[in-house]
Amino acid sequence: MAKNDSSKGPDGLTHRLLSTGALDLQEMLEAIGVDSVDRLFECLGDLALDRPFDLPGPLSDGELREYFQRLDAMNRVPGRDMVSFLGAGAYRHDVPSAVDHLLLRGEFLTVYTPYQPEVTQGTLQAIFEFQTLVSLLTGLDVANASLYEGASAFTEAVLMADRIQKKRKKVVVSRTIHPQYRAVLRSYAKNLDLEIVEIGWDARGATDAEALAAAVDEETICVAVQSPNYFGVVEGWQTAAEVAHEHGALSIAVVAEALSLALLESPGAAGCDIAVGEGQSFGLPLSFGGPYLGFLATRDKHKRAMPGRLAGQTVDSEGERAWVLTLSTREQHIRREKATSNICTNQALCALGATIYLSLYGKRGLRRLAEVNLQRAAALRRRLVETDGLSAAFDGPVFNELTVRSAEPVARVLRDLEEAGVLAGVPLGPDYPELEDCFLMAVTEANPPADVDRLLRALEERTHHQEPAAV
Amino acid sequence: MTDRETQTAPAGADRRVPDVAWRNEGLIFERSRPGRIGVTVADSGVDERPLDELLPAGLVRDEIEGMPEVSEVDVMRHFTRISRKNYALDLGLYPLGSCTMKYNPRINEDMARLPGLAGSHPLQPASTVQGNLALFWALEKALIELTGLARVSLHPAAGAHGEFAGILMARAAVDARGENRKYVLIPDSAHGTNPASAHFAGFEVQELLSNERGTLDLGDLERAMTEDVAALMLTVPNTLGVFEDHIREIAEIVHGKGGFLYCDGANFNAFVGKARPGDMGVDVLHMNLHKTFTTPHGGGGPGAGPVGVAPELVPFLPVPTVEKDENGFYLSHDRPQSIGRIRSFHGQFGMLVRALSYIMAMGPEGLKRVAEYAVLNANYIRKGLEPHYHLPYDAPSMHEVVFSDKLQHDLGVSTMDIAKRLMDYGFHPPTVYFPLIVSGALMIEPTETAGKEELDHFIEAMVAIAKEAEEDPELVKGAPYTTPVRRCDEAQAARKPVLRWRPEGEEE
Amino acid sequence: MSMSYPSDYLYSKDHEWLRVDGDTCVLGITEYAQEELGEIVFVDLPEEGDRFSAADEVGTIESVKAVAEVYTPVSGEVVEVNSALEDEPELVNDDPHGDGWLVKLRMGDKGELDGLMSAEKYEEFLSSGEE
Repeated sequence: MAKNDSSKGPDGLTHRLLSTGALDLQEMLEAIGVDSVDRLFECLGDLALDRPFDLPGPLSDGELREYFQRLDAMNRVPGRDMVSFLGAGAYRHDVPSAVDHLLLRGEFLTVYTPYQPEVTQGTLQAIFEFQTLVSLLTGLDVANASLYEGASAFTEAVLMADRIQKKRKKVVVSRTIHPQYRAVLRSYAKNLDLEIVEIGWDARGATDAEALAAAVDEETICVAVQSPNYFGVVEGWQTAAEVAHEHGALSIAVVAEALSLALLESPGAAGCDIAVGEGQSFGLPLSFGGPYLGFLATRDKHKRAMPGRLAGQTVDSEGERAWVLTLSTREQHIRREKATSNICTNQALCALGATIYLSLYGKRGLRRLAEVNLQRAAALRRRLVETDGLSAAFDGPVFNELTVRSAEPVARVLRDLEEAGVLAGVPLGPDYPELEDCFLMAVTEANPPADVDRLLRALEERTHHQEPAAV
Repeated sequence: MTDRETQTAPAGADRRVPDVAWRNEGLIFERSRPGRIGVTVADSGVDERPLDELLPAGLVRDEIEGMPEVSEVDVMRHFTRISRKNYALDLGLYPLGSCTMKYNPRINEDMARLPGLAGSHPLQPASTVQGNLALFWALEKALIELTGLARVSLHPAAGAHGEFAGILMARAAVDARGENRKYVLIPDSAHGTNPASAHFAGFEVQELLSNERGTLDLGDLERAMTEDVAALMLTVPNTLGVFEDHIREIAEIVHGKGGFLYCDGANFNAFVGKARPGDMGVDVLHMNLHKTFTTPHGGGGPGAGPVGVAPELVPFLPVPTVEKDENGFYLSHDRPQSIGRIRSFHGQFGMLVRALSYIMAMGPEGLKRVAEYAVLNANYIRKGLEPHYHLPYDAPSMHEVVFSDKLQHDLGVSTMDIAKRLMDYGFHPPTVYFPLIVSGALMIEPTETAGKEELDHFIEAMVAIAKEAEEDPELVKGAPYTTPVRRCDEAQAARKPVLRWRPEGEEE
Repeated sequence: MSMSYPSDYLYSKDHEWLRVDGDTCVLGITEYAQEELGEIVFVDLPEEGDRFSAADEVGTIESVKAVAEVYTPVSGEVVEVNSALEDEPELVNDDPHGDGWLVKLRMGDKGELDGLMSAEKYEEFLSSGEE
């Protein structure tokens, strides 16, 4: 630091993110009655570090931009640098510019949890709108104000079902649910007295109905299936809901690609008791996996068993409509170890982003967007059928993602395509040894038809470069 | 005084305010007009097939009744208008205790939005996201340096999530020894997430009573700490803003019986850059990036809750972690004793970018000042309010100070009334009724980003309210008067919950 | 301040009352308990036929600021629950010793009543500050 750097103030104490200058410091120490700030830290004793921390900075905005732009340049990302068909629980969708401009308003960005409703009506109203939109999309009565993301939300749904059922012990889940969601359930369930039974899939790529029926009994807390499932197959929830109810179990509908709710039969209409999943598709950037948006909705009779925050409508002392956080006695800050969950901070700003996105798309826009996704995936599938070495692994209906079988080792195909600038998909082998010759491809409105052309061209070029004997 | 626009006025009470319902922005659903749309959906560009050819009829839903139909202009107006009903940190002091409402630097927002960062998919091959992985590495290194711990996992999605991960690791460690410890010790001043997290990890909670100083009684701890206890969960400084000066002895007692010292890092702002939890004997610590490290609160999230561990707990870290070899950075799942994953993908990446940007903006000296001025500001407020409000514990305060409504309560004025009246003075209230060990608690944390004049205004307001409580208690009890809505009926909301809007004619 | 506690009821340290009627008894929470809880918004009751041992949790009472467990001082089987509380939980505030009753139990062992307090003892207990 230059000795004559006057920008730092006479004592080097000034920083743009601090509001205390030299004069302020002097006046405040006088008022408190101590001669230096060090007096206020005497309690640390010899814990006070006497050497400077080994950390970078302080950097100006310009220097920060330089640093992060260098990191940015080290990445090769979908759209800008590469064609991408990656999905598997995180989907690339176009986000209207209006979303971010609204999220960056200080009145939304820099607000705390709305525990004091009179000064946070904006946030509370937005949460109420979010809860309504999730209810409409899932076809259920009530939704919460968000959970962290799909996997922990799924786990919270199972724990919620456990609270409702009280005396049962068995949880039946389909293996076609996202492997990471099931992994998180296992991490939580390890310490709770739950038996988790997993069900396989049939030739169509949907949960094996017979195996499911055989596994569900009077000991079952809940039955959970995902649709579209991890393989992209639209299996629907009705069968699982019926089997569950026959035995007094609850039915949980899992959704990883939230856009599908705009076009496909809703969990509510299918008879499910709880719908849960990932809302990232509703206006959130991919952002390397977070922050995302867990959602959870249920029937009115189960509302008190729901984890997380809830905004409710009421009136103020003048009779004017107002919103407040409600049913909070279930939550950790009051119920403590008996709470419905330990969740405190949720994904409020992401939920706001989703609310804005869903308002912009609206009734017809969202449906049309879903149709575009559906049609593009269908078109991709038709072209794959004509492609040497690749085929659709399952014949069940799909939304915007499908499982592709490769005649050649998946790792090699994907690597070659990556070198040609195409992120072709997510291999299934690591999570499903039975499907090590398969990978997942997602195609959305963010993939123009030229992307598929590029993919097929790259595949063709790769075949040409191979030894004739290897083909 | 506040510059906030009042959008509601009692209908008919004041003819200067036009009595038209639409002055007050309703729900987006109430703005909806059939036929409107807020986006242009690009053409599919493919040969489209009939729906029934692609999906079985039974699996297709009708158009969703009730979804809004509004233009982009409608949406901008709607959300801009309702945003103006919020008090925000950008507008002024937000002195919520233990929340660390410090200014959110805007450079952080820009960096998180860089297209190569925001546009990266979590499942891309490592070779295509070396920038992201380098960022994970740099942030972990910085947090290791600040905490003095061995490793930091950036996996958890929020503070409570980090707590849960931390306690799960303690559990895994004692299980790995073949021990069967059932209990976790938690002081009565703890945040509710502590016992909730312990419960979710399968432990039973044993509460420790705070002494008259508000800190832990070493004798009580010694009695309670047995070989049946897996961990002590401690907030440092505690929720009264008081530093546990016997922290080293506390650690010794816990370690002496083979337990782990868990530190709730929500109050890290009090000593960040000046002392390290690792040196205090802490084995596992969670941090709140949305508190100490300025990631924005956004109305309740998203946050991020990194969890740091001492060497003994490293084998149990959640996966994946970011590692480095001669080829560069990569995500590793190679941790046989890991507690597993507790979320999808890798972490709250967008928040990690913001936190690293902040750390680098501050630099080591700057971060030290953060703690110094945070504590300075809290003590300045304490000095200003001591003559007017009851101070239940007079131990030295660090970054936050807790008063109670004891003096005002006898006049019929409660903490809640004081909080609501503060809104009329243009402030968001402090945290109220927490910690539970203080009746009518008012927990004030100004943070280091508040300037002296702001603190003076806050003190002035609180002193004025104390005076109002004496001279005109009814005035205080009827507050707030100048906010977009008056005092809300929370009892009705709980008794007859209305948790969503419904299209007209729809039955519940 | 004197609240009136019916002299023919028995009281527990957890602020429940019992009105014994032969082999059955009616269970509720006391005036003191409802005052502490504040405005009650929801009551979660067991079902007819549910069986409990003494000191078991039979339900919860939710107010605006807290949730409190209700314990049965005696073992027994639920023969009736106060379904009026579903729509009017505030009955527990307004008439805790009467219309705000919670459940009716068929007792398993009347000997368990010996551990309970009379109205006089309960009032002493309250003023001793032990609660």
